[in-house]
Formats: sequence, C-alpha cells, structure tokens
Amino acid sequence: MLDALFMYLKVILVGGTICMIAELIVIRTKITPARILVIFLMIGAILGGFGLYNYVVDWAGAGATIPILGFGNSLANGAIVAAKTDGFFGALSGGLIATSAGIAVSIGLSYLVSFFVSSKTKKD
Amino acid sequence: MIKLGEQTYQIEKDISIITGVSLVGRKEGEGPLAGYFDFIEKDDKMGEKTFEKGERQMFLKAISCAIRKSELKKDEIDLYVGGDLMNQLVSSNYTAEELEIPFLGLYNACATMTESLIIGSTFLESGGAKNVICATGSHFSTAERQYRYPLEFGNQRQSYAQWTVTGVGASVISSERRSKIKIKKFTIGKVTDFGICDIANMGAAMAPAAMETLNAFFKDTNTSQKDYDLIATGDLGKLGSDIFKDLMQEKGYDLETNYIDCGHMIYNIDQNTLQGGSGAGCSAVVLNSYILQKLQSKEFKNVLLISTGALMSTTVNQQGDSIPGIAHLVLLEAD
Amino acid sequence: MNRNARNQNYIAYVEKKSPKAGWFEALFHAFITGAAVCCLGQMFSDIIKAFFPMMDLLTLGGWINIIVIALTIILTGLGLFDRLAKYGGAGTFIPISGFANSIASCAIEYKKEGLVFGIGSKMFFVAGPVLVNGVAYSLVVGIIYFIIGLF
Repeated sequence: MLDALFMYLKVILVGGTICMIAELIVIRTKITPARILVIFLMIGAILGGFGLYNYVVDWAGAGATIPILGFGNSLANGAIVAAKTDGFFGALSGGLIATSAGIAVSIGLSYLVSFFVSSKTKKD
Repeated sequence: MIKLGEQTYQIEKDISIITGVSLVGRKEGEGPLAGYFDFIEKDDKMGEKTFEKGERQMFLKAISCAIRKSELKKDEIDLYVGGDLMNQLVSSNYTAEELEIPFLGLYNACATMTESLIIGSTFLESGGAKNVICATGSHFSTAERQYRYPLEFGNQRQSYAQWTVTGVGASVISSERRSKIKIKKFTIGKVTDFGICDIANMGAAMAPAAMETLNAFFKDTNTSQKDYDLIATGDLGKLGSDIFKDLMQEKGYDLETNYIDCGHMIYNIDQNTLQGGSGAGCSAVVLNSYILQKLQSKEFKNVLLISTGALMSTTVNQQGDSIPGIAHLVLLEAD
Repeated sequence: MNRNARNQNYIAYVEKKSPKAGWFEALFHAFITGAAVCCLGQMFSDIIKAFFPMMDLLTLGGWINIIVIALTIILTGLGLFDRLAKYGGAGTFIPISGFANSIASCAIEYKKEGLVFGIGSKMFFVAGPVLVNGVAYSLVVGIIYFIIGLF
C-alpha cells in the first residue's frame, strides 16, 4: 500500500516537473507550443538513444511514459531493440513499430470523431 | 481635392455618410457597446454549414440593411468597395456576386474600413459616382482557422494576444444625399515596420504605423490633439494603445482624455479577450455604431478615425520576416 | 537613428511593456494538470496489471498511451479539451494528450475541405513535425546501433 502511494508521488513529481519546465520555456521564450513539442520529443529520443530514459521510466512509470518524452524514447528504443534482433531491417522499422499502435489509434479515432463533430467557436 | 502637406487630402465636395449599419457576433453583443449595434447574431454560422459561408451571410445582411436604410435603390449605388481578412477576399467577393453592384476589393488587413472610405470618397469627389457603399468585416472562427490553429486545438493564448472581432460594418456614403456626418479630410498612411516578428503581438506591430499617420496628419494640417473631440484608433488593443500613446508622447502630443481604441473598448475585461479586439470588423463596427451615433447626436463635433492594419502573412513570417503595419486616417465632422 | 537601431530599441521597449502573465500561476497549473494526466495513466496501468499480471512493460506502456489518446480525442470531439488546455497549458500538451488533440482538432476542423485535401492532408498539420522529426531520429539511432552491433 505504501509502495503504491510512493509510486504515485513519483509519477506526480516527474510528470508535473516535465510539464512545468515546458511551461516555463513557453512563458520565458517566444517558442510556440508546436516547437516545444518537437524539442521535448527530441530530448526524449536522444536520452532514449543513449538508453538513459529507461531508468526514468523504471523509476517513475507513467510519469515518464505519458509525456511526449516517453514517445520519443519509444521511437529510439524500438529502433535499438529491433536493430539488435532483426538487423538492418529492424533498424529501419523498429521506431515506427514501437509507436505504431498510438499513431494508428490517433488517426483512426480522429477520423471517426470528425464524422460526427464540427468545430465550435471558442467562448473565451 | 486639395493636397495638404505630404500625405493628407482635403475633400472639397459635400460628402456625407448617410447610413451606417453594424452587425456583430454573440461575444461582441455581450460587450459594453451592445446597445449601439444594429444586429447581434447569436449563431455565428448564420444557419450555414461553414464559418466562411456564415461570414458571407453577415456581409450580405449588413449591406442589404444599409442600402434599405439609405432609401436608395440598389441600382442607384454606383460602387461597392471593401474587403475582409480571408485569402483572396472570398467573403467580399461572394457578397459582391450576390449584390450585383460594381465592386472593388481592398486589402489592408484591419485598416480596410478607412481605406474603403478613402477610395469611396475619392470616387464621389471625382463626380463620377454618386453613392458608394463601403463595407468591411471579419470573423473570429474563419480568421483563427486561416491564420492560427484549429478551433478545438488546445493552446494557451499569449497574454498580449488579441481576439478577432466577429462583425461587419457597412456605410453608405453619398454626394447627392445629405446627412449631418461629413468626411472632410483623410491621410493615407505609409507601410511602417519596426521589426516586430511575434504574430501574437499585433498591437505592437501596428502602433508605429498609427503614430506615423497621426503625426503626419497633425503636421500637414497644423493641428494637434486638442482640436478634436475624439481620436479613435482601430484595433491596437490595450497594450498597443499604451505603446501608441507613448510613441505620440515622444512626438510631443499628449493623448489622454479624448483618445479611445476601438479594439480596447469593444469587449469587457471579464470576457477573456486579453488585450481586446482586432480584425477588419473591429473599427468597422465601432465606426458604424458608437462613433456615427455620437456624431449624429452632436456629442462629438469632429472625430479622427485611424484604422490600423497588421499586414501579416503566415508564409513570410515563418521565413523570418517581421510584420509591417499600416494606418489610414479619416476626419469626420458633424455639421 | 538608423533603422536597425530604431527597431532594436522598439523591440526592447515592447518587451518591457508587454504584460507578463502571472507565470507562477501558469507553472502551478501546468504542474498539477500534467501530474493529473500522468496519474490517470498510472491508474490505468495499475488496473491493467491487476487483470493481466503477465503483460510485459512495453505492451503495458502502449496500452496506457492508447487509453490517454482515446480519452483526449473524445474530449476534443465533445469540445471540452480546449477549455482544459486553456487552464493546463503545457500540462495538457506535453503529455501524449497534446499529440492526440492536435490530430483530432485538425481532423475536425478541416473536414469541410473534404476527405482528401481536408482530413487527409491536414490531419498532421500540427502533429506532423513531431512525427517527422521523431521517425527521422529513430532511423539514425537504429542505423547507428546496427553498425555498432556489427563489430
């Protein structure tokens, strides 16, 4: 029980801090959110490339996998693992395979939702 | 027409604004100027399928009403001048097709209202045209999807951003019919660029243009802010108008009591529009509601309207170019 | 005064004059929203683990992402996500929910332009750069590891 509670504390600490740093960059510089998203993804992918981000994932669970850093890490990690097992073809396909489910669900569901919904004017 | 100084022209004929009609969306209709507007539309698609079609309907409704109120027949209107913020001026073009009035499409971003008054009164001054309709407008949702992000995209607006006004203003100006409100002088502004690159900070991009134009007008006419009852800028917003006041101070003009900004006054503070309104519709609806009614009631004897436009293109802005601004000035007097 | 110096002066002046939104507040909002989204993910992870104790960590991570993505897209469809994002800022767009929202909002927005040039080509208008850069980098990493593996 105490273990589970401690786990959630770690999730809050890591997940919250990552978002807070991004917000700080948004406020202090004029970098647009789309760019921040790319920058954070690349940070995750680079840390993943050196195998460092997996330590964060082990420690903080969803606090590390849910932020876009985790997505970048999956891309890099997938390529590394597949390169070891499937050789050159794995090196080419591994990144996308590891993240394919998330991308496919995003596309499929968005497609579906767009048939039923039209955009509404923002209220404020 | 007489040229005064470098950029200002004085109109010699008797040119009146005979009617003005303003149509706004729901949010503007909840603002402090609600009582002055002719139409407040609750549905900003106007029952149509897309926002673009809705914007067209807004133009059509405002212009038709302006023609009706002027008691002119449609074929007595010689010319329709105006524009909007959409690429290729789609809203104005399709409206002009419905109206079957000869049409000149104009684009000076949010400065299009005074630009169309200037072009319209030049035609009247030449004697060729007798009645001209000037109409400009903008729409929050169409502008947002063309210039920024999708409407359902969750982004936070910068604290210095502005809110595009949903609304259309249409004025009928005439040299054969008379009203109390006359167009006397106008100043054509220069494109001014002080190097602002941030597309959220339109007020700062436009303020130097407004300063250059007003400064040129004061110099050309040998007057100062004390000679006018009201000086109104188009859509600088709160931040932009504070910058504008500072810039005018540097030039030796102290704008305090008789200065307003249409963008700043169109929304309440609690409407979450940050610095206030912007867009081609902003100065158009405030001119055709608040300012014309105050001139009609003689509360103001003379008004300087300076519509300000940020000539922003997302393409060249992404290539690193800064945002040029433009401002045109029109002097309105009540007889 | 030449144009460059004038512009630099003006930009510095505008910078000083621009209101700085209460950034302490914004940081706090980003922290709690981001933490909440991650906790939600952790919660689903614990639930799935309780039912399928044998599931390996990679698949589990994939499932959590899918759940968060699906929830985001539904909220976007209901028109609620942009209000949440207005409060949370980076707290909603840095988690995978931001990626999903950018795809769903583009699909909804541009459906009027048709299936091919609307939804088809504009769905990745915002999210595209993320995927392009991410996939390009994963190729580089994969190839480097492959070459290292040769020796």
